[in-house]
Amino acid sequence: MTRRKVTIDGNEAAALVAYQVNEVIAIYPITPSSAMGEWADQWAAERRPNIWGTVPTVVEMQSEGGAAGALHGALQAGSLATTFTASQGLLLMIPNMYKIAGELTSAVFHVAARSLAAQALSIFGDHSDVMAARATGYALLASNSVQEAMDFALIAQAATLESRVPFLHFFDGFRTSHEVAKVERLAPDDLRAMIDEDLVRAHRARALSPDRPFIRGTAQNPDLYFQAREASNPYYLACPTIVQNAMDTFARLVGRQYHLFDYVGPPDAERVIVLMGSGAEATQETVEHLMTRGEKVGVVKVRLYRPFPVEHFIAALPATIKGIAVLDRTKEPGSAGEPLYLDVVTAVSEAMASGSPPFRSFPRIIGGRYGLSSKEFTPAMIKAIFDEMAKKRPKNHFTAGIHDDVTHTSLDYDPAFSTEDPDTVRAIFYGLGADGTVGANKNSIKIIGEETGNYAQGYFVYDSKKSGSTTISHLRFGPRPIHSTYLVNRATFVACHQFSFLERFNVLQAAEPGATFLLNSPYGSDEVWDHLPRTVQEQIVGKKLRFFVIDGYRVARETGMGARINTVMQTCFFAISGVLPRDEAIAAIKHAIEKTYGKRGEAVVQKNFAAVDSTLANLYEVQAPSQVTSTFDLRPPVPAESPEFVQKVIAKMITGEGDLLPVSALPVDGTYPSGTAQWEKRNIALEIPVWDEDLCIQCGKCVLVCPHSVIRANVYSPALLAEAPATFKSAPARWREFKDLRYTLQVAPEDCTGCALCVEVCPAKSKSEVRHKAINMMPQPPIRDQEAENWKFFLELPEVDRQALSLNQVKDVQLLPPLFEFSGACAGCGETPYITLVSQLFGDRAIVANATGCSSIYGGSMPTTPWAINHDGRGPAWSNSLFEDNAEFGLGMRLALDKQMQYARELVSRLSGIIGDELAGAIFLADQSTDSGVRAQRERVKLLKERLRGLKTPEARDLLSLADALVRKSVWIIGGDGWAYDIGFGGLDHVLASGRNVNILVLDTEVYSNTGGQMSKATPRGAVAKFAASGKPTPKKDLALMVMTYGTVYVARVAMGGNDSQTIKAFREAEAYKGPSLIIAYSHCIAHGYDMRYGMDQQKAAVLSGHWPLLRYNPDLVKEGKQPLQLDSKAPSLPLKKYAYNEMRYTMLAHSDPTGAKELLELAQGDVLARWRFYEHLAAMPVGGTEKKEEPHG
Amino acid sequence: MVDLSTTYLGLTLKNPLVVSPSPLCEKIDNIRRMEDAGASAVVLPSLFEEQISLESHHLDRYLSHGTESFAESLTYFPDMVDYNLGPDGYLEHIRRAKFVVDIPIIGSLNGSSTGGWISYAKKIEEAGADALELNTYYIPTDPELTGAQVEQMYLDLVRDVKASVSIPVAVKLGHSFSAFANLARRLDQAGANGLVLFNRFYQPDFDLENLEVVHTLTLSSSYELLLRLHWIAILYGHIRADLAVTGGVHTALDVLKTMIVGARVAMMTSALLQHGIGHLSTVRSELLGWMEQHEYESIRQMQGSMSHRSVPDPAAFERGNYMKVLSSYVLKT
Repeated sequence: MTRRKVTIDGNEAAALVAYQVNEVIAIYPITPSSAMGEWADQWAAERRPNIWGTVPTVVEMQSEGGAAGALHGALQAGSLATTFTASQGLLLMIPNMYKIAGELTSAVFHVAARSLAAQALSIFGDHSDVMAARATGYALLASNSVQEAMDFALIAQAATLESRVPFLHFFDGFRTSHEVAKVERLAPDDLRAMIDEDLVRAHRARALSPDRPFIRGTAQNPDLYFQAREASNPYYLACPTIVQNAMDTFARLVGRQYHLFDYVGPPDAERVIVLMGSGAEATQETVEHLMTRGEKVGVVKVRLYRPFPVEHFIAALPATIKGIAVLDRTKEPGSAGEPLYLDVVTAVSEAMASGSPPFRSFPRIIGGRYGLSSKEFTPAMIKAIFDEMAKKRPKNHFTAGIHDDVTHTSLDYDPAFSTEDPDTVRAIFYGLGADGTVGANKNSIKIIGEETGNYAQGYFVYDSKKSGSTTISHLRFGPRPIHSTYLVNRATFVACHQFSFLERFNVLQAAEPGATFLLNSPYGSDEVWDHLPRTVQEQIVGKKLRFFVIDGYRVARETGMGARINTVMQTCFFAISGVLPRDEAIAAIKHAIEKTYGKRGEAVVQKNFAAVDSTLANLYEVQAPSQVTSTFDLRPPVPAESPEFVQKVIAKMITGEGDLLPVSALPVDGTYPSGTAQWEKRNIALEIPVWDEDLCIQCGKCVLVCPHSVIRANVYSPALLAEAPATFKSAPARWREFKDLRYTLQVAPEDCTGCALCVEVCPAKSKSEVRHKAINMMPQPPIRDQEAENWKFFLELPEVDRQALSLNQVKDVQLLPPLFEFSGACAGCGETPYITLVSQLFGDRAIVANATGCSSIYGGSMPTTPWAINHDGRGPAWSNSLFEDNAEFGLGMRLALDKQMQYARELVSRLSGIIGDELAGAIFLADQSTDSGVRAQRERVKLLKERLRGLKTPEARDLLSLADALVRKSVWIIGGDGWAYDIGFGGLDHVLASGRNVNILVLDTEVYSNTGGQMSKATPRGAVAKFAASGKPTPKKDLALMVMTYGTVYVARVAMGGNDSQTIKAFREAEAYKGPSLIIAYSHCIAHGYDMRYGMDQQKAAVLSGHWPLLRYNPDLVKEGKQPLQLDSKAPSLPLKKYAYNEMRYTMLAHSDPTGAKELLELAQGDVLARWRFYEHLAAMPVGGTEKKEEPHG
Repeated sequence: MVDLSTTYLGLTLKNPLVVSPSPLCEKIDNIRRMEDAGASAVVLPSLFEEQISLESHHLDRYLSHGTESFAESLTYFPDMVDYNLGPDGYLEHIRRAKFVVDIPIIGSLNGSSTGGWISYAKKIEEAGADALELNTYYIPTDPELTGAQVEQMYLDLVRDVKASVSIPVAVKLGHSFSAFANLARRLDQAGANGLVLFNRFYQPDFDLENLEVVHTLTLSSSYELLLRLHWIAILYGHIRADLAVTGGVHTALDVLKTMIVGARVAMMTSALLQHGIGHLSTVRSELLGWMEQHEYESIRQMQGSMSHRSVPDPAAFERGNYMKVLSSYVLKT
């Protein structure tokens, strides 16, 4: 049988099999496994059948716990069922996994193995999650490569049906799940041949059925449980043989032979590394390289880790073995050793203690950790491990790949050691997320993988920013299989798709001598040299690089591609690299364009063709001088005035050298300084807003909506202008209270993302040229330095006195310094303006619990974070616990603060004689409901502390440590709709019911934004999302209405673009309410398929259409005899279509399924009108419960 | 019995009442109702090449936007099997319309490139349209573009399309040409089977409060008919191509006027949007009534009876008339 060669990633490889051999698939998105569920959902939407000719049912659940529960039920009811997950998701499944295994149920879970959140969250790969599930009774089967992810998905399915032991099939998150490689695609007949139909029927026969009833899931007592637990032993004993048999059958069928443990190395090896996962591939490459030098080294790749087949393992090791290094991609703090190490020690010890020891001598076994959170694991590190094993006293419990200068666990290695195949093309591409570099490279891999006989591999590295993010693509192509599961660090081709990167990164560091360098340059071949930093010139000269330039942006612009230079740069790569003959390459690129973009329409195909055709004429080789001439070099990553920690630690991360930071440089408990984003000057905006002080009406709307807090306003004494830079602008302040002061609106030029939301919201237009507003976008480079100087001066101006402001007005709120700034959120983000507002209004007394999601990522991702500190040293204290528990996490904070305040008050009472009755009384009776009240209390606490300082009694010392708790704190529980509507809803509900004084802010993007746009229960009817490819058939959950039914919760629904004053009012009322508050904030989002520049217009349309009616429900009004529900927007006046069809999430359905889209739109329009009528009815009800009677007319 | 039949683009029509493009024609059920109410043919809304390209670029932009930038969200939307971009939906509409009604269905096309005009014209023909109307809705805003260049563009267009399809081809034109009669003749010579006078160009309005340009759509009125009648009367008999009036036809009397100046058909849109599809049957019966009352035997009998060459005083259509009207206006005031 001939099988098709495909170029796909590990997730797709595993999902291809899992989808075809199952009937029910329960899913929930979590990185890096989300794509498996998305593939399954997409195939089901396309009505693709499984091997039995039926389309599997794919259902998205509210959490991984829910997915596991649904799966358990589906299995018990006799279906073949699967799921895909990772990390915390797997942890949430563990309770069900014990059940499923305890009931000997055939099933396979496919896991893209990922780190667990400990001192920090990490989305990257290691085995922490699967190791946490190793006691569940699941068989654990490890794939090491993309091909194996497909093969083992099938072997696992075959084995689980025969053994009845459920399987956890895993592969390394990102390194395998996201690596794109050329693999052989298993055919449906392969799947049919491996799946025994009798076993499938036997699985069904074991199902619960009222036609042959029995019970399963009993409760057992001490007399029974233990023996019953042992009763399944024969199944676990039989399991390894069943797996090996399945592997043998697979080999006969497909030709690839696997074993429970695969040994690679000479038969007389003396030093052997034992490991599992993708690292085994790099180890194999290293072993094969060292073997050519005659070294007696080998590797055992562990396939079946649970049940651990001791005999098979021992048999896999050469009898000549003297030393074993066991590598674990996990950390178990406090253990005697990591799990695989302990298993190997046990296995070898038992074997040696048996009557016939298999080895000539007891091998020395050492264990080590490597590769946590996708840390690089290279041949250089692997060689260091082999070298360590050869030492007389090798280090045990070592680490590989880091520099541990604290407990000295790490092994030194020689980074110059390389095992790269000289016949392999190795290419690195530096690009921006927005320029399409990664997409182009994925296309190139497909072309080379599918059009040539070469093996191909692609791996992509992204930074942690959602705007202006840098991508680095690592591609390998060659005639031999590629086992290099590490980044390219010896490149034969380097492409830099952004000229500005030359100033930021040493892009040629990995270039080999004689390599080719392709640069996207606005300067031509005759002038580019003088614009290169010294470091770049040195490497071009020193390494004798071939150097090519193209003005990719000009070519893209002229061919209608806009800022997408993907096709242009891809064409250059093929033209220069010689991977394919030029004409063949061009034909292949065009063929790929048709395949990729054909569905998007002929016009899109044609513009890409035009880009290809124009490229070659604009590609030039540069004849580089033989001397380095540049007078400038890379820019410092952070300003010289930044704090020491920023300079020494954060700067390294910014320049991509975080791997070099030693253990001692990092905090031991995940605690980092606030406000570090201010030091990372990313300069990502091509255009920034520029203020026209003569036109400005000083309304403050631009400040309010700025997602990155880069537009600020202040009023100050004119005298201060004496020190101002020459270009610093100001205008007379347009406030009655500040009539003698000056006003300035200043932009942070190096922090702006160029989203232009501010320009669109500006209401002031020039009377002689209406397109000119009070704030206008202008090119950044010519004014960068000048505005940076102005910004610096602006920050030094004194903060305005809050007492003088009326904080219900946008105009006054603009003057409050934000304590959330320069986050990594998307340009034009709809969420961050609300967060900034919280920080402005309450930041100096706020403590924030942030659910995992977009807001935790742009709020807390290294290297720099946006939560900031004010002039007094106060600011929001922020933490992220998990995704599902955020409401509870925040409630815990409230409980602690309340308890501390209560105890502190008790102590104040007890110590009033020492403190002074007057001060004690004032502290006790303080009204802290206003800003000034809080400020007065702070002064009292300051005095209190002074009086307590020096007192030695335990109570006085206690009160001193708790005194700050006497000042009211504001607890903010922030998260997205995925958290509030789905995974965290149970907790949210409980916290709201608790009556405690917490403020919950739901940033409702109506979709799981952070994981790539999956449907949540907030997704509106008719919108397309992942897992709702046919448009969501059911209406959005009305969380506000549900919560109003408590009657004790302050509820607001706001949309800043709909009514900014209402937003501010709601935030202030929510915070003032002495009980739980819920604010649901409309947040336009990149996942809506809308130009976010116009985000606020769309918010307005959402309100006018009635999709997003504004309301406030204030239980305090009941005490005044008033109706607590107040509708803050009018009856729908815009047809829903006029709002919805501005967004691609709706229009794409109108294209793909016009009839379905129309029906859903009509239903959604009906939802809007019905809901409005219901709200009106509620709002008209007097508090007593009788409806307000209409006044009789005439 | 009065004979209402006429011919247009070589098609024999049961009467001169043709429905011109509007959103009403987007529903098959409406087209059926139009036939039932007496329409003799329906011109479907234009297939806009530019719109198709725009939708393509729009889709491409938002499917690509933000992708492959952040490790957790490499894409934001599911990949659909098909986005139905391109003319497929439109062509299917023609097929379905042809299936449900017996009256001719005339496709309409607004291209933005030579290749687009030709390829879409062929597709419309293949889908079964009885004729094709080239909707030359084009506003030459480029100051470098001369009138001669614009006219040549139209002539080339007609030649190219005529060479590509075998169904009859009409051209729908605006009136802003310096020598319209000459253009009409050259279009005729280039092979146009019909001229449809005139396209209505939607004109933006201005919001003084918000200083914004406002897009408006006002329905036509009978007053607008006069310009069309004028030019039909002038052209009648001077060109072979059939003449059609669109814009300002609201009543039976309007239809009669179009006939007497020489049009083969009168196209209606605004009146149907205002009064509903049933208005067609009102117009038809009023038409019949008037003709019976005035003892006309057939539409053909009256077609062109008051054209430039058939009236006793052709100066009424020329500059002399302008002077006359102007002086009479002054006298009145």
